[in-house]
Amino acid sequence: MGVTLTETAARHIAVNLNKRGRGIGLRLGVRTSGCSGLAYKLEYADDVRPEDHRFESHGITVVVDPKSLPYLEGTELDFAREGLNEGFKFNNPNVKDACGCGESFNV
Amino acid sequence: MALLQIAEPQQALPKKPQRRAVGIDLGTTNSLVATVRNGIPVVLADEQGRPLLPSIVRYGESVEVGYDAQAAQSHDPHNTIVSVKRLMGRGLADLSDARRFPYRFIEAPGLVQIQTRTGIRTPVEVSSEILKALRLRAETSLGGELAGAVVTVPAYFDDAQRQATKDAARLAGLKVLRLLNEPTAAAIAYGLDNGSEGVYAVYDLGGGTFDLSILRLSRGVFEVLATAGDTALGGDDFDHRVYCWILEVSSIGPLSAGDTRLLMMKAREAKENLTLHASAPIVATLSSGETLSLTLTVDTFASITQTLVGKTLGPVRKALRDARLDPSQIKGVVMVGGATRMPQIQKAVAEFFGQPPLNNLNPDQVVALGAAIQANVLAGNRAEGEDWLLLDVIPLSLGLETMGGLTEKIILRNATIPIARRQEFTTFRDGQTAMAIHVVQGERERVADCRSLARFELRGIPPMTAGAARIQVTFQVDADGLLCVSAREQTKGVETSIEVKPSYGLSDTEIARMLQESYAHAADDMNARALAEAQVDAERIATATAGALQTDGGLLLAPERDAIEHALAEVRRLISGEDRRALQAAVDALNRVTEPFAARRMDRGVARALTGRRVDALN
Repeated sequence: MGVTLTETAARHIAVNLNKRGRGIGLRLGVRTSGCSGLAYKLEYADDVRPEDHRFESHGITVVVDPKSLPYLEGTELDFAREGLNEGFKFNNPNVKDACGCGESFNV
Repeated sequence: MALLQIAEPQQALPKKPQRRAVGIDLGTTNSLVATVRNGIPVVLADEQGRPLLPSIVRYGESVEVGYDAQAAQSHDPHNTIVSVKRLMGRGLADLSDARRFPYRFIEAPGLVQIQTRTGIRTPVEVSSEILKALRLRAETSLGGELAGAVVTVPAYFDDAQRQATKDAARLAGLKVLRLLNEPTAAAIAYGLDNGSEGVYAVYDLGGGTFDLSILRLSRGVFEVLATAGDTALGGDDFDHRVYCWILEVSSIGPLSAGDTRLLMMKAREAKENLTLHASAPIVATLSSGETLSLTLTVDTFASITQTLVGKTLGPVRKALRDARLDPSQIKGVVMVGGATRMPQIQKAVAEFFGQPPLNNLNPDQVVALGAAIQANVLAGNRAEGEDWLLLDVIPLSLGLETMGGLTEKIILRNATIPIARRQEFTTFRDGQTAMAIHVVQGERERVADCRSLARFELRGIPPMTAGAARIQVTFQVDADGLLCVSAREQTKGVETSIEVKPSYGLSDTEIARMLQESYAHAADDMNARALAEAQVDAERIATATAGALQTDGGLLLAPERDAIEHALAEVRRLISGEDRRALQAAVDALNRVTEPFAARRMDRGVARALTGRRVDALN
């Protein structure tokens, strides 16, 4: 199942990667954030590490480290506009509840 | 949910600022300074773009170093010090060739000194002027103070010579991270440390010294198998041979010190010309007005320097004999030093070892580049994707045990050392006065699956409600890989700490196994963490509910109390089980039935606080 991108997200990532001038794709992950569960990690990927899982979606390479994958399995990354703000949004079926601001979540 | 932006890799963690560190090749003829920029070692040039700094110091009106001093050497030879490296850590008795220097030497106990216009100077002071010039160049170019420097010395330098070099660097205001042997620096610059293992020879013919080193590389570490050389043989001697040839063929009489310098300079120019051309003109006007005009051909040059080339092969044979190797067992030969540009040297080395030598890096710069790479590592900067740096990273995450037998990682795997990370923790129970700290190593979520490193207790925490205490835990790993964990309670300042060596008794295969397991059990670990968190949560709510029933039970009607006790029993029943979903459902149910109870307790609390007070006294 892995991780997928919406077409809008893929388009924005392609633009960003192009602007940055280097990087093979996108790295998604989770990290434990202090007391309240987990937070997402969204970074440019400069390399694929041997242990990484690799997905292709709308022409973009997405890598996920094996420790993060169970938390992200089935996630769709979307690009959304909310008022004046725009950015990436994780539609993650594993999430049970999220904190108010949505930066950290529980599975 | 919040909208996220794409971050640069590793920016999620606070990034350590790059520490500016340089490598310095303090040479007999020329010196250089190099640093690592964006992972690539580069030599730092002066404002005019010249990478080399002639190792020449002139004590005139002011102290001049480098090209300015060089320009003055023929008219002010007594106060212009060249090749000072040969004098480092030496007494006058050690100098067999003292007559070749045009200086007024003064014997001091175990240390030669030079009388100059501005007073008596030691070789350490002269060298420090060169190092100071390089330090200023680096600071201008890098924009700030240097964290430290790696200074190279010939493998042959004895303790006195090494100490003198260190003293000179300190006098120049440099922090010496390490003295590095020149051949090792050259091998690092050629990246031999990343490549295949084997035995390498480093042929270093500098301005004043010749070094031949046999190095064995195994597992990213260089071992010097043998060294041999000649501390008084170098490019200068080839100049001297050409100078003698000039005197011979032109049969001119005794020369002034200035004329000697002039002809030595012409001799060097001719030698350098012959690297690319078949012949070189030598034209000079002496102080007597006499004019010299000669032509030196490659063949003549080769024949007059044949004995010098042969002289370098003596130490080569000796080093091989010491290492019990023959030339065919050498995997590669690295050429170092400007003098190795001479075609007759390249040819002789290729013939001797039966293979063309490695010479695609600039032989003048190769030592400085290697020193820069080493300095960058020692200063704690991460160079990306270089395997040998794994020696200086943390192989497995370090963390501590939190409630529910879970690990909280403080320092993540692959962090470069030295490193320090701090995190705040709090108490779990009301009135808790001690906290057990269990330091663990590994990637797994459950403490039981990680390696236990140490346990200690922080006592004397002032009694507070659960969650009010602030306990700062610091993990610090020094450059030798020693971990120090300290815990400090913020209000009273009680502190305790412990030291451990995390790598102790842990082999590479064990580290690999622990990593593999953490990948294989990622899903189990996720469930284990979720279950443990749910259990901790349930425990907290159950304890709070039981306490509330005891103090404020009177607020409840009998059926309400029954419902709460029933829900509480359900939570207690499931708490030690494995079914996270059921436990979470029970906790949710308990939360629901206690809601009116909580509201009533709140009302009573407010009523108590307000009884008998005037409204205007409440602000």
